[in-house]
Amino acid sequence: MSTHAATTPARTDSGHAAGHVDAQGDIHHDSHGHSPHLAHHFDTTEQQISTGKLGMWCFLATEILMFGGLFVAYAVYRHNHPDVFLFAHKSLNTNLGAINTVVLLLSSFTMAMAVRAAAMNNRKQLKMLLILTFLGGIGFMGIKSKEYYDKWNKDLFPGAMNVFNTAFDKGTEVDTIKAKDKSIDYIEAHGVPAPGQAIPAANTGKDLDGAQSEGAHSEGAYAAGMHSAAAVQPVGWNYKDPNAGTSDAAKIVPPQTIPGGMAVENIGPKIVHYSDLSAGDRKNVNTFFSIYFMMTGLHAIHVIIGMGVIAWLYFRANEFSSEYFAPVDLGGLYWHLVDLVWIFLFPLLYLIH
Amino acid sequence: MNHDTLAIEASEEKAHAHPHVVSWQLNLGILLVLLFLTFITVAVTKVDFGSAANLSIALVVAVAKAALVLLYFMHLRWDAPFNAVALVASMLFVMLFILFAITDTDTSLKNLTPPEGFPTGTMAR
Repeated sequence: MSTHAATTPARTDSGHAAGHVDAQGDIHHDSHGHSPHLAHHFDTTEQQISTGKLGMWCFLATEILMFGGLFVAYAVYRHNHPDVFLFAHKSLNTNLGAINTVVLLLSSFTMAMAVRAAAMNNRKQLKMLLILTFLGGIGFMGIKSKEYYDKWNKDLFPGAMNVFNTAFDKGTEVDTIKAKDKSIDYIEAHGVPAPGQAIPAANTGKDLDGAQSEGAHSEGAYAAGMHSAAAVQPVGWNYKDPNAGTSDAAKIVPPQTIPGGMAVENIGPKIVHYSDLSAGDRKNVNTFFSIYFMMTGLHAIHVIIGMGVIAWLYFRANEFSSEYFAPVDLGGLYWHLVDLVWIFLFPLLYLIH
Repeated sequence: MNHDTLAIEASEEKAHAHPHVVSWQLNLGILLVLLFLTFITVAVTKVDFGSAANLSIALVVAVAKAALVLLYFMHLRWDAPFNAVALVASMLFVMLFILFAITDTDTSLKNLTPPEGFPTGTMAR
């Protein structure tokens, strides 16, 4: 900077007086002859801006690759153990997840409007929209905290503390089994089918390898009518055609129905209960929760970092104008990425069927 | 700094005093479409199309929402094309990653499962 002052003292560059104030109220040129925001290793402001953007997009590409690794874990695991996912995902609250999606979309909108406000030199609007975006982040983290709290209350932690993990131990066998029953009931309660919807008659509540200890507590969890064979005995099950074998045999066989009236074949989305799971799958239920907490946890960390960026932009807001708002633009890109990841997380984790 | 550079800068400063600005109506319209697609995402789970189709529908809607956010909120529609190249490349690599991992587990998993009766240490409970 000092070398410039030495070589170009108090000159008037053609058409621009040194340090004049332009129509937008910003000092447009100083004795350097270029905008104070233009770094010296760039030729023009436009080059600086487009370079910054490209750098940001390269960073976003690495973020996508990072989350991609977790999506691979999800894809492989769900591919190999679909029933585990069909069972365990019921512990997730779809309504809260949907509300979170809406909250993030709204905050993405306010962020895009904030970048627009900066580009239009409207500082007041910029600050207000940054605050609204920040509030969206707070709302998201609040709902996520409630979701995590609900799960941790039922011993559904990631890793070894998870109730389904073989290492889970509450001290005595009775307490361990009680805790497991409580968690299974919690998961099942979320998946209660609507009235009139059929419950598949497939399971008998028996453990596949015949082990009595596991089978005993899993039946204890469902004793209350969800799985008793009588409750799901199809009405038309024992239908016998009196003319069977003769030329008068019925060509149209009535569909086998259950007491709710729905045909067994048309049973709707597959509902998997804990007792439907194979012995191998039962040992793997905790992995669903590990994947869930890793993916949403890493995403939540990104939301917190994004909120920090937005706060920093807010406190710097007086620096920004239509001439220089690159930090707002790039910070906005980061927040939109957070929204993008959630757009994929929500259906893949919460809406499995 | 010589006269030529000043002239270039003067003209591009003028050009850049008006960066591309999206109208608030367009932003709002995109938001409404996104909210509608979110509603579709949830509503479609009430109907069962079979597990493969369910997943495909969910992913198609998610990709549509992502495309809207990328093109409009993140300004890719009006940006230099190479930014989009960086993004699409990363997504292609993630898809490649998933594809290879699933193909691998489909073909190799049977080699990893021990035969019946083989001792498996502490997991054998």
